[in-house]
Amino acid sequence: MTGMVGGTVLLAVLSGAVRSSTPYLFVSLGECLTEKSGRTNLGQEGILVLGAMVGYAGSYETGSAWAGVLLAGFAGSALGALHALCCQLRRVNDVAVGIALILLGTGLAFLFGKPFIQPSAPMLSALSLGWWAVDPSIRAALRVNELFLVGIGVAVAMHLFFLRTRWGLIVRTVGGNAEAARALGYSVNGVRLAATTAGAFLSGMGGSFLSLFYPGSWTESLSNGQGLIAVALVIFARWQPLRCLWAALMFGGAEAIGPALQAIGLSEVYYVVAAAPYVLTLIIMAISCAPGRRAAGAPGELKIA
Amino acid sequence: MTDHLLQPSATHSRRALLRTLGVAGLAAGGSGLLLPRRARASKTLTVGWVYVGPKNDFGFNQAHHEAVLALKSTPGLKVLEEENVPETEAVEQTMESMINFDGADLLFLTSFGYFDHMVKVAPKYPKVQFRHQGLLWKPEDPANTGSYFGYISEGLYGCGIAAALASKTGKLGFIAAKPIPAVLRSVNSFTMGARSVNPNITVQLIITGGWSVPAKEAEATNSLADNGVDGIACHIDDLKVVLQTADQRGIHSCGLNVDQRALAPKGYLTGSLYNWKTPYGEMIQDVMNGPSLPHLLRGGFAEGFVRMGPYGPAASDQVRSAVDTAAAELAAGKRFVFTGPLKDNKGKVLLTAGQHFAVGDPSLLAMDYLVEGVNGSLT
Repeated sequence: MTGMVGGTVLLAVLSGAVRSSTPYLFVSLGECLTEKSGRTNLGQEGILVLGAMVGYAGSYETGSAWAGVLLAGFAGSALGALHALCCQLRRVNDVAVGIALILLGTGLAFLFGKPFIQPSAPMLSALSLGWWAVDPSIRAALRVNELFLVGIGVAVAMHLFFLRTRWGLIVRTVGGNAEAARALGYSVNGVRLAATTAGAFLSGMGGSFLSLFYPGSWTESLSNGQGLIAVALVIFARWQPLRCLWAALMFGGAEAIGPALQAIGLSEVYYVVAAAPYVLTLIIMAISCAPGRRAAGAPGELKIA
Repeated sequence: MTDHLLQPSATHSRRALLRTLGVAGLAAGGSGLLLPRRARASKTLTVGWVYVGPKNDFGFNQAHHEAVLALKSTPGLKVLEEENVPETEAVEQTMESMINFDGADLLFLTSFGYFDHMVKVAPKYPKVQFRHQGLLWKPEDPANTGSYFGYISEGLYGCGIAAALASKTGKLGFIAAKPIPAVLRSVNSFTMGARSVNPNITVQLIITGGWSVPAKEAEATNSLADNGVDGIACHIDDLKVVLQTADQRGIHSCGLNVDQRALAPKGYLTGSLYNWKTPYGEMIQDVMNGPSLPHLLRGGFAEGFVRMGPYGPAASDQVRSAVDTAAAELAAGKRFVFTGPLKDNKGKVLLTAGQHFAVGDPSLLAMDYLVEGVNGSLT
């Protein structure tokens, strides 16, 4: 019996990881790219929510879910570019701009999202990788969305980009030591603008996953802080794209623990278990930001690390 | 679509301007001074509705909005609506603005957290009537205030019958926002309905902790389906995600508040719907023609405040006739949702054979237990 319960919860957590990790993955990869260039963009939450709304609206208006995903990316990158441009002004703090961006992004999404709460937009489809399984819950767990696979591809590509390419090296130089980059003749602001904009494109795409696949609807309470958690997740991943993948899967799984335990009748501790993703974030922050400890792997120009 | 976007923002900016410019002057000059009560003079009744969320939310707020649309054409009636008003001082400003600038004579405050703000504003406008959706009004509150309420949980009894008759596994699920009496009544009514047609049925309860947390609601639906549940009901604000996910998983679902058949074309059975048109119509007639507006107005099936929703294609003839019969008997007072013998899910006896709780019984309004058949706990 214990084994069966354990198996059920394990399956729920694993399938939850596959279902819920994609927004974490995209936002953390976007933030990873931004932070590697030496800036923190806390506005990812606003970009995520705007991406969710634009993705849904775009899919509804064009009739193609993938067009919605692209439009969500562009909406995200517009906010990202705004962040980068504001931060170029003298004595502007990137963290403060990020917080303003959270409010701007969610505000725009709520304002323009009103007419799209009711209609049903075309959704992203899923690949049924569990066709071989007899158990319907395994089959349901293996309904994987293409965007998740795209995310894995982006993580690998970004890993190679930083490690193997000249452009990756330039981004790392700008993020590690802006003076050195300037001395080498690179435009620090230009690189940061490009990195933040491209990063926000990914975050916007992550938002469209929320509205176009899972949970799969546009409502104003769609994100419960996933964008902010993803920023913390980058620190946990030590600014390495491949680690972002594992960290995102872990947070996705943590979201599934609460409902999974209640579904098998272990409901006594639901408030505690429901807090799992947030507790996990706190633990990570406590470990990685203890006084006197500089987070290993942090870009040198980053202010909050 | 352009209209949708422009209208609310125009109202908002006008209100915001009036708030800053006008409210101070009004406080000094009194309400009648700046704007004469044209509404009264031409004998139209101006009625305002305040919603906490979007009025097209496929849920609780939309149920009110649909009633407003139905009543809008009543001769001599002018309607005002404002959506997304937080349960803070913001609602006081909305009330004052509806009274002072739009000449509202009657205000309906549809969200739980508006109550304290209503009690604060009402004494300033003794000629305006305020009514709050909920069960909070007490005789010591201002004379121009009151409460109205619909026993939505009664309809969940019908949903329970439908889900139990349609179930093959004997396992149903319920997704609840918070463990408060109004929600627990829904969980228990659903279970009572299910067990009235199949005493062996169990209802697995998942509490999400929030009124609208789509990610958790989707996860809850999947977890229930993974555990063999083949019929789901819920008491949350916005059912879109749950109904869509349930349909994807090929299980039955029941709606709440408004007709949501379109969200789950395969598995939707029926729903427990508000029929706010009835109480609003009654209260508006009371103000227009007298004799007087009651302080308390509550009702369920019998009063026509709540009804069973249209059936989805998944509801068989057997389901339809069983639910119709139950709804008719509840409305006629021939049947009660909570009938003995009844124990809670820890074994404590609540009712012995032959006993029942009447609709509106105080012990129902303070419900803090789960009945036998619910798998779940409140601590």
